[in-house]
Amino acid sequence: MSTQHSKKANIFVKDTAVVDRHDATFWAVRSKRDKMAHEVPEWENLREAASMIKKHTVTHLADYLEKFASNAEKNGVHVHWAKDADEYNAIVLDILRNHDVKKVVKSKSMLTEECGLNDSLTAHGIDVVETDLGERILQLLGVPPSHIVMPAIHITREQVLECFRGHGIIDKEGQKAAESMNGDLKTLIAEADPTFLTRCARYHLRDNFMTADCGMTGANFGIAETGEVVVCTNEGNADMSTSIPALHIVSMGIEKLIPDYESMAVFQRLLARNGTGQPTTVYTSHFRKPRPGYEMHIVLVDNGRSDILGNEDHWQTLKCMRCGACMNTCPVYRRSGGYSYSYFIPGPIGINLGMLRDSDKHYGNCSACSLCCSCDNVCPVKVDLSTQIYKWRQQLDSMHHADPMKKTMSEGMKIMFDHPGLYTSALRMAPIANVMPSWLTGIAMEPWCYGHTMPVFAKKSFHQLWKSDLKGKK
Amino acid sequence: MNSQKTKDFILSNLRRNVRETYDKPDLSFAKLEYPDPVAAFIQTATTAAGAHVVEMNESDDINDLIRNAYPHAKTIASNVPGIKADINPDDVDRPQDLDGTDVSVVEGTVGCAENACIWVPQTMKQRAVCFICEYLVIIVDRKNIVNNMHEAYSRIEMPEKGFGAFISGPSKTADIEQALVYGAQSFCGVTIILR
Repeated sequence: MSTQHSKKANIFVKDTAVVDRHDATFWAVRSKRDKMAHEVPEWENLREAASMIKKHTVTHLADYLEKFASNAEKNGVHVHWAKDADEYNAIVLDILRNHDVKKVVKSKSMLTEECGLNDSLTAHGIDVVETDLGERILQLLGVPPSHIVMPAIHITREQVLECFRGHGIIDKEGQKAAESMNGDLKTLIAEADPTFLTRCARYHLRDNFMTADCGMTGANFGIAETGEVVVCTNEGNADMSTSIPALHIVSMGIEKLIPDYESMAVFQRLLARNGTGQPTTVYTSHFRKPRPGYEMHIVLVDNGRSDILGNEDHWQTLKCMRCGACMNTCPVYRRSGGYSYSYFIPGPIGINLGMLRDSDKHYGNCSACSLCCSCDNVCPVKVDLSTQIYKWRQQLDSMHHADPMKKTMSEGMKIMFDHPGLYTSALRMAPIANVMPSWLTGIAMEPWCYGHTMPVFAKKSFHQLWKSDLKGKK
Repeated sequence: MNSQKTKDFILSNLRRNVRETYDKPDLSFAKLEYPDPVAAFIQTATTAAGAHVVEMNESDDINDLIRNAYPHAKTIASNVPGIKADINPDDVDRPQDLDGTDVSVVEGTVGCAENACIWVPQTMKQRAVCFICEYLVIIVDRKNIVNNMHEAYSRIEMPEKGFGAFISGPSKTADIEQALVYGAQSFCGVTIILR
C-alpha cells in the first residue's frame, strides 16, 4: 500500500545523516522566518492584505492582463501570449532565432522548469547557461532542483568541487579565485571551501555573461499599472544577465500580476522574510523599458492557469508566490527530501500543483502530508494548502487511485464502529495479542507495523476501568 | 502560432472561470516605524545587509571618503557629478568594456530603514556599471531615509531609462551547504555614504 512518494522516501531515509542534515537545514530556515515575522508587528495584517490583493487580482485577471500588456507595449516592450508549454517554447525559440542567438544566460525561473524550456532550446542547438549558483551546479550535474528557492541544498561541497573539477572550472578559475581570497589554492581545494567554490563559479559565470547574446529572467511580480516586471535575487545574476547581453526575455506566469506599487510594497516585505528569513533580497529590480537600442520581450504564459481559476477547491493556488516556506516547515518534506515527490515542485504547494497538472501521474504525492496544517500557518498569502490536500484525498477513490488494502481496512473498521457489541468484544480480546509471538502479529498487518512496535494492550479497557474502579471511587 | 488568438483564448477563459470577485483590500493599517529611522537604517545595513556605512560630515570631501574606503582601487567608474572617476558609463558603448571595474559610484534616491534597501535608478547609459564592479559605493541623503517599504514605494520614481533597483548590501549566496558567501555574481562589497 505504499505510494510512489513513500517508496522514494523510504530510499531517502536510509541514510540517517543525510535526513538529519536536511531536516535541520530547513528547520533553521523556518526558525529564521519566524524571527523575521516577529520583528514586524503588522505581520498578520500583511498576510491578510497579500491574500486579499491576490484574490482581487486573480478574480479580475483578464482586465489586469490587458492593462499590463498595453502599458508594457507603450513602454516599448514586445508582449507575447502562450497558452501552453509548447507554444511558450516555440515563441522563445522564435525570438532567439530572429536575433541569431547562440548563447543564453538565464536567471532562476520555475516557469521555464515547468515548460521544459532548457531541453527544448538545447535540442535546437542553443547554449543555455543557468546563472544562479545552485541552478548552475545542478545543470552541470545533470539533476533537477530539490527545492524551489534553495535548489542545490542537498549537494555537498565535495560534490560541488568534483563537479567543477570535472568541467574544468577549477583548472581555469581556481588560481584567480584563490588569489582573490589571499588563500592557498591547494588548501582551499583540500577543504572544498565554499567561498573558494563560489568565487570559481563567479569567474566562470562572468565569462558567460560577457559572451551571451540574450539574458532570460522569470518575474516575481508584474505590475499592471506600470507594465513593468520585478525580479528578486540575492546573487545579482538577473541584473548581470539583463545589463550586458543585448536581448532580454521575461517569462511570466499570468498569475504573477499585482495591481500597483502600493501592492508591491506588501509583497516585497513578505517574500524574503517568509522564504529565506532575510529582511529583503539583495536586489529587487524593476524592469520597465528595453535598454536603448536593444529589445525586451515579455512572454505571458497560461499553461493551465486560466482553467485552475475555475476550480472551486483549488483556485487559490494561483495566489502562491513561490517563497518555499510551506516546504521548509513541512515535517514530511524535511524528512523525505525534494526527490521523493514526482512533481518538480515538492512540498505542500507542489502536491496541489502536481495534482492540477496531471492527477494520474502525481496522485502518489497526496500521501506526503500528515495534515498538521503548519503550511497553512506560514503561507504568506494564506493558500489553504492542507485543506486542498485533504480534498484531493477524498477524490482519490473516484479517480480510482484509492489504496485497496486501506479501503478494505476502512470498511472493516466501519463495521466494527457501527456495532458497539462487536467493538466491546474486540477490545476484551485485544490483550490476547500481548502473548502472541511477534512474528505473527508483525506479519499479519506488515505495512502498519513497519516502523512501529506492537503496542501492549492494557488488561482492562478504559470502559471497563471507568465502570468498575474509577466510578466506584467517586 | 497566433498571438491574438491565444490572447483572446486566455482572456475569455479567465472571464468565464471567475465565479466570485473580491475587492482590493484597505492597506491603511499601522506600519512599522522607528524612533530614529537613520539609526535603524545604519543598524540594518551594517548587520543583515552586510554593508559598510560612512556618515559624511560637512567638512568631508566625498572623493577622499571613497578613496579611504577602497585605497587599492585602480579603476573607478561613475557619472555622478563631482566624483573623480576613470570611466564614465555614459561614454561606454559596450557594457562588456566595464568589466574589470574595481569600484562603481552611484546615487540612491530613497533608503529604507527596515531592510537597508536603497533605490538606485538608472541615470547612466550603461546600467551594467551598477552590477559589474567588484565594489559598489551608494551615496544617499540622510533626509531620504524612510521607515518601511510602503513609504519607499510611495517615494520612488522610475527614471526615463525605465530601470531601477532596490539594492541592499553586496550580492550573496548560500547555495553551497548554506555557507553565507558575499560576492556571488555581482559586487562583493558595498559602502553606503550617508550624506
